[in-house]
Amino acid sequence: MSLDAPQTGMASARRLDKATALHVGVILVLFACLFILPDYHVGVLARVMVLAVFAIGYNILFGYTGLLSLGHAMFFAAGLYGAGMPLYHLDWPVMPSFLAGIASGTALSLIIGVLALRTTGVAFMIVTLMFAQVAYLASLYFTTYTRGEEGLVLQPEIRQVDFLSFNLDLTDPASRYMAALTLLTIALFITLRIVKTPFGRNLVAIRENEERMRMLGYNVFQIKLGAVVISGTIAATAGAAYGLFFGYVGSGFAAIQYSILPLLWVLIGGAATTLGPLLGTIFMFYVIDITSGFTSAWLLIVGGALITTILFFPKGILGTLREKRIPWLP
Amino acid sequence: MAFGPFLLLASLEGLVTAAVLALSALGLSLVFGVMRVVNVAHGEFFMLGAVIAWAVTTAVSGHPALGFVVALVVSPFIVGAIAFVCERLVLRRLHYDPESTIVATIGLLYIFQQLALSFYGADARPVEAPFNIRIQLPWFGYSGYKLAVIAASILVILATWFVLTRTRIGMIMRATQYDRETAQAFGIPVDLVYAGVFAAGAMLAAIAAVLIVPIQQAHYLMGRDPLLLSFIVVIIGGLGSLRGTVIAALLIGLSDGIISVFFSPTLAKMIATLLVAMVLVFRPQGLFGTVAR
Repeated sequence: MSLDAPQTGMASARRLDKATALHVGVILVLFACLFILPDYHVGVLARVMVLAVFAIGYNILFGYTGLLSLGHAMFFAAGLYGAGMPLYHLDWPVMPSFLAGIASGTALSLIIGVLALRTTGVAFMIVTLMFAQVAYLASLYFTTYTRGEEGLVLQPEIRQVDFLSFNLDLTDPASRYMAALTLLTIALFITLRIVKTPFGRNLVAIRENEERMRMLGYNVFQIKLGAVVISGTIAATAGAAYGLFFGYVGSGFAAIQYSILPLLWVLIGGAATTLGPLLGTIFMFYVIDITSGFTSAWLLIVGGALITTILFFPKGILGTLREKRIPWLP
Repeated sequence: MAFGPFLLLASLEGLVTAAVLALSALGLSLVFGVMRVVNVAHGEFFMLGAVIAWAVTTAVSGHPALGFVVALVVSPFIVGAIAFVCERLVLRRLHYDPESTIVATIGLLYIFQQLALSFYGADARPVEAPFNIRIQLPWFGYSGYKLAVIAASILVILATWFVLTRTRIGMIMRATQYDRETAQAFGIPVDLVYAGVFAAGAMLAAIAAVLIVPIQQAHYLMGRDPLLLSFIVVIIGGLGSLRGTVIAALLIGLSDGIISVFFSPTLAKMIATLLVAMVLVFRPQGLFGTVAR
C-alpha cells in the first residue's frame, strides 16, 4: 500500500489511534480472562504477564535498538534480589522493597551499559553473557545473604501491601493477577509511547545504520545507553514483581537460561513489535505446558523453537503479520 | 604436604586442565577465525564426545585400552559428522549472520543437552583409563595417564599447527579466513571449507573430551564449563590466533588449577570471568591478538 506524502501525517495519527485501540483491547481481554478462565489458567497467566514485562524490556534493546544481549538475566535477578533481600533480611515493607528492586536494576544497567557499550556486535553479546555469568556466580558465592540455589522463600505474611487505608494481598490469586495486569499495562504503554517519540525513532535508526546516525551528529553512545538503562530497568521491575508475587528468590533466575528465554519469547512473538513479547511469552508457556503432558523434554522444545524461528520466521509472528497483512501494527 | 610439592601438584593439575582446554578452545577459535561464527554449542560437542566415548568403551569388550583407542577414533568422527550436518542444515541457511547463528547454536545446545539427558540419562558415568601407571615422585605419586593426556594434547596441537601452516588444506582455510570473496573468486569452494572447518572444530572438542573422560566422568551438563573457559581462552588469546590460544589456555588452565586449590572454585571462576569481560571491554583484540582488519 502506498501513501501520498501529504496524507502521511493524518494517516499516521489514525494508525496510532488504531494501535492504541488494539492495546486497550488486548488489556480488556486479559482483564476478562480473570473471570472467564479457570483458576489454573489465571495462575499461569499472572506468571506469564510478569515474564512478558521482562520480555518487553528485552525487546526495547534487542528489537528496537538491535543490540542482542545474552545477559538480561542479571537485570531480572537484580530486581529479584534487590526487592527480595531488603524484604527478607531488613523487614522492609513491600512497596519500598519493590522500588529498591527497580533501583538496583537501573544502577546495574547503567554500569553494565557504560562498560559493555564500548564493544559492538559479537563482542557485546559475549561481554553481556560474561557479566551475567559473574552475577550468577556471585548469587551462588554470597550464600550467607542469598542462600544460593536453595533461595529465599518470602513468607505470605510479609507479602502484604498496606498503602493508606488500602490493602493488597499478593498471595491472593485474583489480586496478584490484577497487579500483574497493571504492570503489563504500564510496560505496554511505555513501549508504545517510546515507539512514537523521537527517542524511539533514534533507536530504530541506530539499529538500521549506526554510522549514519553518528555522521548526522547524534550522540549514539548516549542513546544506546538510554536504551540499555530503560531495558534493564523494565527487566528488573519484572524481576522484583516476580519475587514479590510468587514469594521465591533463587539463583536459578540469574542463570544463563533466563537470558535466553526472553530472547526466545521476543523472537517468536516478533522483535520490534509492541505486542510481540507478550504473544511470544504466552505461546511458549502454553507450548511447554501442553507438551509437558506427554514429554518432559522441554529443552528440546525450546531448542527446536529457537532454530525453527530463526530459520523460517526470523521476524516472528507479529513481525510477519505486519509485513504481510497489517502494516499499521506498532 | 609442604607448600612446594603442593604447588607442584596444583600446577600439574593445572597443566592437565590447560591441555584439554587448549584443544577445545582451538576448535572454537578455528570456527570463529574462519567462519566468523560464535559457536555456543561448542561445549555440547565436547559433551557428545565424552558420552559417545562412554558408549563405545562399554560396547567394546576386552582390555580397556582397546575400547579407549576405538573411542578416540570413533567419537571425534561421529561428532564431526553431527557438526557437519548441523552446518549444512542450519548455519548455511542463515548465511552465517553473526546474530542468527548465535541464536541457532543456542538452540542446538538445548537440543543436544536434551537428547543426551533422554538417551544417556542424568547420571555421571566413568570411563576406565587405558592404562593405570602411577609415577612415583619424591613427595607424591602422580597418575601416568594424566601426563599422557598432556603429551597427547601437545601432539594434536602440533598436528593442527602443521595442517594450518604447511599443507594445501591449511592454505585454503587461511585464504578463506583472510578474504572470503577473493578466495571464492579463485575457485575455492568456500561453502565446503566452512562445513569442513565447523566439523574440524567440533572434532577437536570431541578429542579433548575423550582424553579427559577417564579423569572426569561423562555427564550431560559437562559442556558448560569447557564452553565458558574456551570463550575466555579464545578472547584472551585473541580471536582466531592459534599461538595466542595456546598461550592463553596455559595461562587460564594453570591459574584456574592453582587458584581452585587455594581458594573457592566459585570465586576463582567469578574473578576470571570478570577479568576476561574487562579485557574484552578495554582491549577487544585480546592480549596477544592483532587489530582486526
